[in-house]
Amino acid sequence: MTDVLMPALSPTMEEGVLAKWLVKVGDTVKSGDVIAEIETDKATMEVEAVDEGVVEALLVAEGTEGVKVNAPIARLSGEGGAAAPPQPAAKTAPTASAPTAEPEKVAPPQSEAVPAAPVRAVTEGASRIAASPLARRLAAQKGIDLATVKGSGPHGRVIRRDLDAAAGAPASAMPTAASAGAAPARQVLSLEQMGIAPGSYDLTPLDMMRKVVARRMTESFRDVPHFPLSIDIEIDTLLTARVAINAALEASGVKVSVNDLVIKAAAMALKAVPDANASYSPEGIARHHHADVAVAVAIDGGLITPIIRSAETKGVSAIAVEMKDLAARARARKLKPEEFQGGTFSVSNLGMFGIKSFASIINEPQGAILSVGAGEKRPVARGDVLAIATVMSVTLTCDHRVVDGAIGARWLQVFKGMIDNPVIMLA
Amino acid sequence: MSDAFDVVVIGAGPGGYVTAIRASQLGLKTAVVEREALGGVCLNWGCIPTKALLKSGEVYEQLGHLGDYGLSVEGRAYDFTKVIERSRGVAKQLSAGVAFLMKKHKIEVVDGAAKLEKGQGAPSVAVSLKAGGTRTLTAKSVILATGARAKVIPAIGLAPDGDRIWTYREAMVPKTAPKSLLVVGSGAIGIEFASFYRALGSEVTVIEALPRILPVEDAEISDVALKAYKKRGLKFHVGAKVTKLAATKTGVTLTLETDGKTETLEAERAIVAVGIDGNVEDLGLEALGVKIDRGHVVTGAHGETNVPGLYAIGDVAGPPWLAHKASHEGVHCVEHIAGVAGPDIAAPIPGCTYATPQVASVGLTEAQAKDAGLTVKVGRFPFRVNGKAIAAGETEGLVKTVFDAATGALIGAHMVGGEVTEMIQGFALAMTLEATEAELMATVFPHPTMSEAMHEAVLDAFGKVLHL
Ligand SMILES: Cc1cc2nc3c(=O)[nH]c(=O)nc-3n(C[C@H](O)[C@H](O)[C@H](O)COP(=O)(O)OP(=O)(O)OC[C@H]3O[C@@H](n4cnc5c(N)ncnc54)[C@H](O)[C@@H]3O)c2cc1C
Repeated sequence: MTDVLMPALSPTMEEGVLAKWLVKVGDTVKSGDVIAEIETDKATMEVEAVDEGVVEALLVAEGTEGVKVNAPIARLSGEGGAAAPPQPAAKTAPTASAPTAEPEKVAPPQSEAVPAAPVRAVTEGASRIAASPLARRLAAQKGIDLATVKGSGPHGRVIRRDLDAAAGAPASAMPTAASAGAAPARQVLSLEQMGIAPGSYDLTPLDMMRKVVARRMTESFRDVPHFPLSIDIEIDTLLTARVAINAALEASGVKVSVNDLVIKAAAMALKAVPDANASYSPEGIARHHHADVAVAVAIDGGLITPIIRSAETKGVSAIAVEMKDLAARARARKLKPEEFQGGTFSVSNLGMFGIKSFASIINEPQGAILSVGAGEKRPVARGDVLAIATVMSVTLTCDHRVVDGAIGARWLQVFKGMIDNPVIMLA
Repeated sequence: MSDAFDVVVIGAGPGGYVTAIRASQLGLKTAVVEREALGGVCLNWGCIPTKALLKSGEVYEQLGHLGDYGLSVEGRAYDFTKVIERSRGVAKQLSAGVAFLMKKHKIEVVDGAAKLEKGQGAPSVAVSLKAGGTRTLTAKSVILATGARAKVIPAIGLAPDGDRIWTYREAMVPKTAPKSLLVVGSGAIGIEFASFYRALGSEVTVIEALPRILPVEDAEISDVALKAYKKRGLKFHVGAKVTKLAATKTGVTLTLETDGKTETLEAERAIVAVGIDGNVEDLGLEALGVKIDRGHVVTGAHGETNVPGLYAIGDVAGPPWLAHKASHEGVHCVEHIAGVAGPDIAAPIPGCTYATPQVASVGLTEAQAKDAGLTVKVGRFPFRVNGKAIAAGETEGLVKTVFDAATGALIGAHMVGGEVTEMIQGFALAMTLEATEAELMATVFPHPTMSEAMHEAVLDAFGKVLHL
C-alpha cells in the first residue's frame, strides 16, 4: 500500500487545489499515468502516478483547496491486485484486551483509515476552511478570520494552537502590522460595516490566484521600500527598426512587437548595469548571472509573469517566438511553475490601453520592475525648435534595499540609449 | 544476514514492536532486539495477562450475586492453577501473534540482550545472543524501547523476597491465592491486583502514602471508587507511610505510620506496587553520555535523545507508563525519522484501571484545570439513574466532565463504573478533534447504553441535564 502525496510543483509551493481526479477508486494505475489535476496559484498541473497499483481511496475530494504539499491525497494498494484480501493477522493491539480472540480470526490487516478518509475529505471540502470546532469558536471570540490563519493540523486543518499563535501576535511587544512578518492581507471591515448594502453586489469567492496576488502585492507594497523613476524616450528609430526587422523575418512568419524589443533592451541594460539585476535577501545581495525577464501577462481572473530566461543572450526573433508561446499557454493556465517563477526583473506594459505612465508594484524578490506606457506622438523641443516625435514614458520601480536611486537612474539611461538607437543592442 | 539496518529497535514491547512494524511499512530495513519475550511487559507480564486474571475474578464474583438476577447455581468454585494457566495462555497467544507480525513485516528479530557502543553516526548495537556469541548491528537510527520494571525500595523491605513479597511478576503466577494480602501502592497496578484477589475471596488491604487512592485520578473519582471498593470488602489505609515490610515464617509484617501513629499489619503475602523504574542499566548509556533523569531517558518531542541517531520511546522515556502511549510515541518517532511525520497533534492519553468498578479518564482533572488558572464548567452524571446500568445491575459509578468555561473546550473527562474503559475513547476522540460542548451535545448517543451517562454529564455541565 502506498500513499500518493500532494506534489510540490515548484520549490516554493506550499499548497494547492486538487482541481480534478482523473481516476476513481478501483482503477489500476501504472507509473506515469496522469491521475489528477492540481491548481496552484498560477497554473494547472497534472499529477502522475509514481507507483503502480489499484486506487484504494481518494483521500481528498475534488475541488479541495489548500491541500498541503506532501499531504496524502490518494492511496494505492501495493500489489496491483484488487484491494488485497484480508490476510490473517494476529490480534495484538495491546490495550484492546480481547484475550480470547484467536490470532487467525482477527481481521482486516492493512485497511487502516481507508473507509474513514474520504468522509473526512468531503467534510473538509464542503466547509471550505478546515478548522476544528474549538478553533472556529476561538476565531469568532477573538474576531480572527479563519481564512487568514495557517492550519498546522492534519491536512492543514486549523486547530487551537494556530489560533493561539494568531491571537498571540498582537499581544506581543510590537503590535504593528509590520511586526507580523509574512502576515496575509490586512483584514478590513466587512463591506456592510463600510456602508455597502448587502445584496447590492455579486460576490466572487477568492480563488487561489486572487489570494496569492492579494497577499504578495500587499506584502511587497507594505514591506519593500520602493520608489519610482520615470523617463520619456523617443521611439521613432525603434519603430523604424522594427519595420525592418519584421520585413526581414517575413518569410519565417515571426513578428516582433515593440514589447519584444523592450524586453531585449531591458535585458541588455541589465547586463550593462548588473547592480540593477539584483535581489535583496537577509543573507546578502544576490547579483544574478542572467537577465531572466518576467513579463506580466493579463489572463482571465488575474495575471501571470512568464519568464524569458537569459534574455540578454537571445535575439529579438527568438524572444518574440518564445513570448508568443508563453503568453498563449499562460492564458490557458498551462505554464509549468518554472516558467513563471524565479525571474530577476519584470516588465509590465499597459501601452496598448493608452496608459501614459504608471508605477508597478515590485515582484519580490526582484530588485526592480519596468512599467511601460503607450507610445504616442508628442511635441518635443529639439534645441529651441518644437518638433513632433513618438514618445514612450517608462517608470522603473526600485527596491531601495538593493537598487539605489543612482543605480536605477543609470539603468534607465542605458535602457533609453538602447531604445533611442537599437543598433547598440547588437554591441 | 547483513548486520546493517536503517532502524534497530531495542525491546519488543508495545513500544518497540509497533515501532518496528511502522518502520517496515515505511520501507525501512528494520531489526528488533529482544532479550526476553516478544510483546514486552504489556503482553507477557502486564496489560494482557492481568486482564485475563481480572476477567476470571469478575465472573467468579458475579456468580456470588446471581440471586440479584433471579438466577442460582450450585457449588461456586475456582481452580487457581487453571485461572493462572488461562492468563499465561492468553499472553503466549499474543506473543506468538507478535512473532507472526514481525515475520509478515519482514522485521528481523534478534534474540538477545543489546548494549550500545560508539558507532559512526548512530551508536552501534552489540547483542549478546541467547543462542550464544555476540552480533553487532549497525543502523542509521537506533530506538530504545527497553521499557521499565517495578520500582523497589529494599531499604525498607519493599522488594521481592522470592516467596512472600511480590512485585507484579510474582503476583501474576503464584501457586495459590493468598488468604490475606497487603498491597502497597494504589495506582492502577496495585488496585487491579487488589481487585482480582478480592474477587477470589482474599482479605485485601491497600496502603497508599498519598491522601487518596488512584492519586492521578480526579479526586471525586477516587472517592467514588474508594466507596465502591470498600463495599466489596477491600480495606484501605491512605496517607499511610510504610516504614518497614518484612517476611516472617508464616507471612508478612508491615509497619506503617498514619498521622504520626504507628500501626502494624499482618498478612500472608504482600505486593509492592509503588511505581516504575525505567530500564536504563547495562545498555552502555553512560559511556555514550545519554542524558538520564530519575531513571528515564530524556527525550525531545520526537523521541530524540541528546545523542545523534539515538531515540527513546515508551516506558523507558518516562510517564505515563502505558502501552498505548509507548506505541503512539514509537510510531511518531519512526515517522519523524522517515520524514513523513504528520502534524504533531497533542493527543491526550487516556488512562484506565480495570478493577471492579473500572476507572477511566482523559485530560485534566478539575483540580489540575483550576491550578492551570482556567475557569471550568463541571458536569456529573451518576450511573445510578442510567437505564442500561440499572438493567445490567451496574449502578455504581459516575461520569464527570470538565470544560473550559471560556471556550467550551472539553479539557477532561473522568469515569468510574462498569465498562467505562471501553467508553473513554469517545471523550478522547472529542478532545483530539477539539470538540466543544456544542458538538458533544449534538451527538446522538444510543439508548439504552451506559454511554448516555457521558452525554448527560456534558449536558449537566451547561445546566441542561435531562434525567436528574
Ligand atoms: C501489571 C501491569 C499491568 C499493566 N496494565 C496496563 C494496562 O492495562 N494498560 C496499559 O496501557 N499499560 C499497562 N501496563 C503498562 C504497560 O505494560 C507498559 O506501559 C508497556 O509495556 C510499555 O511498553 P514498552 O514497549 O515501553 O516497554 P516494555 O513492554 O517493558 O518492553 C520492553 C522490552 O524491552 C526488552 N529489553 C529491555 N532491555 C533490553 C535489552 N538490553 N536488550 C534487549 N531487550 C531488552 C524487555 O525484555 C521488554 O520485552 C501494565 C503494566 C504492568 C506491570
